[in-house]
Amino acid sequence: MTVGSPKVRVPKDPVKKGDIVNIKTMIQHPMESGLRKDKDTGETVPAHYIVSVKAVYNDKPVLDAVWTGAIAKNPYLGFSLRAEKTGPVEVTWKDDKGQEFKASETITVG
Amino acid sequence: MENMNVLMMNRRGFFRSAGVAGVAVAVGATMTGMPKYASADINALISEQVGQGTITMDKVLVDTPDKAENGTMVRIPVVVNHPMEPNNYIEKVAIFVDENPKPFIASYTFFPESGKVDIEFRLKMAKSSNVRVVAKSNTGALYGFTKKIEVAEGGCAG
Repeated sequence: MTVGSPKVRVPKDPVKKGDIVNIKTMIQHPMESGLRKDKDTGETVPAHYIVSVKAVYNDKPVLDAVWTGAIAKNPYLGFSLRAEKTGPVEVTWKDDKGQEFKASETITVG
Repeated sequence: MENMNVLMMNRRGFFRSAGVAGVAVAVGATMTGMPKYASADINALISEQVGQGTITMDKVLVDTPDKAENGTMVRIPVVVNHPMEPNNYIEKVAIFVDENPKPFIASYTFFPESGKVDIEFRLKMAKSSNVRVVAKSNTGALYGFTKKIEVAEGGCAG
């Protein structure tokens, strides 16, 4: 199972100051809840899921998510922010094994 | 920290009174305008996330089909129609699926800079269930939305 490839997508074209902008994020992750049994062996598949997602825009937090093993695998997350000035949207995913993933894209305001 | 203390007290209060069924429900947050009230267990989970108070069934919208083909990936878009200004904003949104082995699914903390509560994510559902979304404003006002989603094929929910 692939883990990683964090992606952030922001509008390609410049946006206006004050616009509400939609951000899309995606990451490859099994999101094993620790409750599922392997069909072949009958054994419980160990937990392995993302526990938090944090998004920061121009160094200010815009979203803090707390996740459990009930979020679907290869999790997609879309959210909004208010455009202020040109700057990066930095997203950090953390899983229950302490692994951290980061991705960043710049919003152009003009 | 102050918030934490309040939450801890809530939880202690809940367990102390859990022996008396009627009291247990009163201690947890309650859903108004609902055909069926959440169980004491779900109410305790809701209180843990957003504190106590009456939940007004308003402002929160989840635009998702009544039926999900596949429980391993149920799309949940959440919009809260509330200002996002420095002194008047939605601080937190928490999501629960009653029939999942672990009903608390996720929480999202917002900031005035978020501009709008408009999120979308996908969750796993073990079987058909009520999906509850509760939003808390910075002043502690609670708003909710509940929808029954029928699942054709259950996902390995967490």
